[in-house]
Amino acid sequence: MTSTADVIDDKLLQKRLDKAMFNRRLRAFLLVLPILLFLLVVFIIPIGYFLFQGVYDKTFSSIMPQTTEILSEWDATSEPTEEMFAALAVDMVVARENKTIGKVATRVNRDLPGTRSLFTSTARKVSKLEAPFKESIPDVKDKWNDIEVWQAMKTASRKFTPGYYAAALDLKLKSDGSIVRQDEKRRIHMILMKRTLQISFLVTVFCLLLGYPIAYLLATLPTKTSNLLLILVLLPFWTSILVRTTAWIAMLQAQGVVNDLLVFFGITADDARFSLIYNKLGTLIAMTHILLPFMILPLYSVMKGIPPSYVRAAKSLGATNWTAFWRIYAPQTIPGLGAGAILVFIVAIGYYITPALVGGQEGTMISNTIDGHMRQSLNWNLAAALAGVLMIVVLFLYWLYDRIVGIDNMKLG
Amino acid sequence: MSENNPLVRFKNVQKSYDGKILVVKDLNLDVETGEFLTMLGPSGSGKTTCLMMLAGFEPATHGEIYLNERPINNVPPHKRGIGMVFQNYALFPHMTVAENLAFPLEVRKMSKSEREQRVKRALDMVQLGEFGNRRPAQLSGGQQQRVAVARALVFDPELVLMDEPLGALDKNLREQMQYEIKHIHENLGVTVVYVTHDQSEALTMSNRIAVFNDGVIQQLAPPDDLYERPDNAFVAQFIGENNKLRGSVADIDGEYCVVQTTEGVPIYAMAVNVSQRGDESTLSLRPERVVVNPEPGSVPNIFDAEVLELIYLGDHIRTRVALLGRDDFIIKVPNSADHAFLREGEIVSVGWLQQDCRALDA
Repeated sequence: MTSTADVIDDKLLQKRLDKAMFNRRLRAFLLVLPILLFLLVVFIIPIGYFLFQGVYDKTFSSIMPQTTEILSEWDATSEPTEEMFAALAVDMVVARENKTIGKVATRVNRDLPGTRSLFTSTARKVSKLEAPFKESIPDVKDKWNDIEVWQAMKTASRKFTPGYYAAALDLKLKSDGSIVRQDEKRRIHMILMKRTLQISFLVTVFCLLLGYPIAYLLATLPTKTSNLLLILVLLPFWTSILVRTTAWIAMLQAQGVVNDLLVFFGITADDARFSLIYNKLGTLIAMTHILLPFMILPLYSVMKGIPPSYVRAAKSLGATNWTAFWRIYAPQTIPGLGAGAILVFIVAIGYYITPALVGGQEGTMISNTIDGHMRQSLNWNLAAALAGVLMIVVLFLYWLYDRIVGIDNMKLG
Repeated sequence: MSENNPLVRFKNVQKSYDGKILVVKDLNLDVETGEFLTMLGPSGSGKTTCLMMLAGFEPATHGEIYLNERPINNVPPHKRGIGMVFQNYALFPHMTVAENLAFPLEVRKMSKSEREQRVKRALDMVQLGEFGNRRPAQLSGGQQQRVAVARALVFDPELVLMDEPLGALDKNLREQMQYEIKHIHENLGVTVVYVTHDQSEALTMSNRIAVFNDGVIQQLAPPDDLYERPDNAFVAQFIGENNKLRGSVADIDGEYCVVQTTEGVPIYAMAVNVSQRGDESTLSLRPERVVVNPEPGSVPNIFDAEVLELIYLGDHIRTRVALLGRDDFIIKVPNSADHAFLREGEIVSVGWLQQDCRALDA
């Protein structure tokens, strides 16, 4: 007699298994559905849309449709034709009526500074002008004869443009589509990016140096004492970042607590107080303090899981305290160390409030520039491109970390 | 053991963790060279504390510990040169088996070739020659245990401490490892101090066993003495199975005595821990020393018992009977060719020799 199991072929078995698993998968999916929708609506879609603006800009092309169309056929080197001037005049009349000409002016002004008033003042008079526009428009402002203006408009008319990413990398998109380096005095983003990486790296190192002994203490002290210490570590964690940063201003400013003490003890003269804040040093001190718990907590949780018998075994085998620590204890803390370091570094690289408040000129970071473009210069496209570059850098470092340390080696607690 | 000076000597050692309770009370113990000495006792009896003091991880509160006649209270653990096997093996998880074994040699600054040679020898000793490149996590519990033993021995220490090393293994593996450790001890001649709460483990492996309770050594004796001639009620109860009968001494004559139970029945016993008439005593009697249906007159103690429960255990039948007012009296009836076949509810006659019944402290 053959058993039924022998009769069932593989496909049927697979089908039955899938059917059995389907309900379970469905239930799991329904459980995460609310958070998925929430994230989609408030996080993924807005951020996706925002990042998209780094390569997509329809300001010019939507307000100036006729000009855009005719510019797309223009070779960017020959003299502007009557049709081009006519299209410009038609678009400008509409834009003036809709009060959108200012947006166009701002957009072109980004690529060619000093052209803002050219658009606004021409638009005021354009409805009264008559053909041939090739002569009447330059009569209002003779800068319209300058081919650079037309090239700038052609660049601005591209809906999909690498221009903002180029700008974020201190490059410049020319009207013929080629990309060149930005003028030397306008190369600011790479300096900022380097400084951001440098500050993040130093903050990570300081957090590690300060956090490791504390985490060790927390993990090895009796529970009663270590719980008290843990609360002291967490207390600032629960306090607003704004409050903590402001406290550092009170501590570090020229007339602050630290300088007062140094003067009081005669370490420095009253008229030669240290500048501890509104510079890179201020950013480093305040950020290290604020991010310290991110290093301590993963380290603590990993160290808590290392039984004391390992170090004891090492000592019984003849290792000194020093050897037992470096050869046996420290290697086992690497998962916590990696988790802490990557947490601190990634949080630090996008840090914003603290450098804005205590960073002064030389202590601000890339996120402060992004903020500036979003709230002051209103250049969201460049802000998106800068944010995109920052994200790519972080992902690259994450990948590098995975290659060197291994992401599976990380333990967040 | 040898006539030489002891390898380890505990002298008036006391230990307190909190300054109020003594975990170890005035311990005096000599461990002879080459001996396998087991510290046996229930948890909290102070045995592990003694081991930790010897290893150097806990300081003695009072008294002195000597290693080779040298006081070692102020010698840090890494200079004591004592091998140790820990309860959960404590194999370094980030090193391979071979690296684990090489570690004590490396810190002793041995040359690479000598290290390799010794590691290989140690691995062969525990039959793990092929496993040098594995990580501890890739080994089974028994294999990890062997590596831990090999690591404690690889640097040729005179003394090896083992802290309940077999506690995490299942029963069969534990028994197998007991024999292996015993054979390694015999082959190498190394001195072993072993801590366990498992009495059968202690009986299997040891030359001598120190039974700890309440911070005091209750008895220090070879396994057979401990089992057959326990000094007090605690040892009798802790080592092996034991029937207890209570009474007071009615008559005492040298090493023999008669103890009268509360029902007024006289029992002939050995006077171990009683000194005079009227002393309260606990009589200790091993279940396998009770004879079912003895020839009248062949043993001095013969009583009627009612069979309450029979449990078949293969090599013997564990029989619970009601006897002298107690219903927890156990008899082990060996499953031999001519053993007595009992039935529940049956009244049988049981008896035992005077030498097998020991009158201990109350």
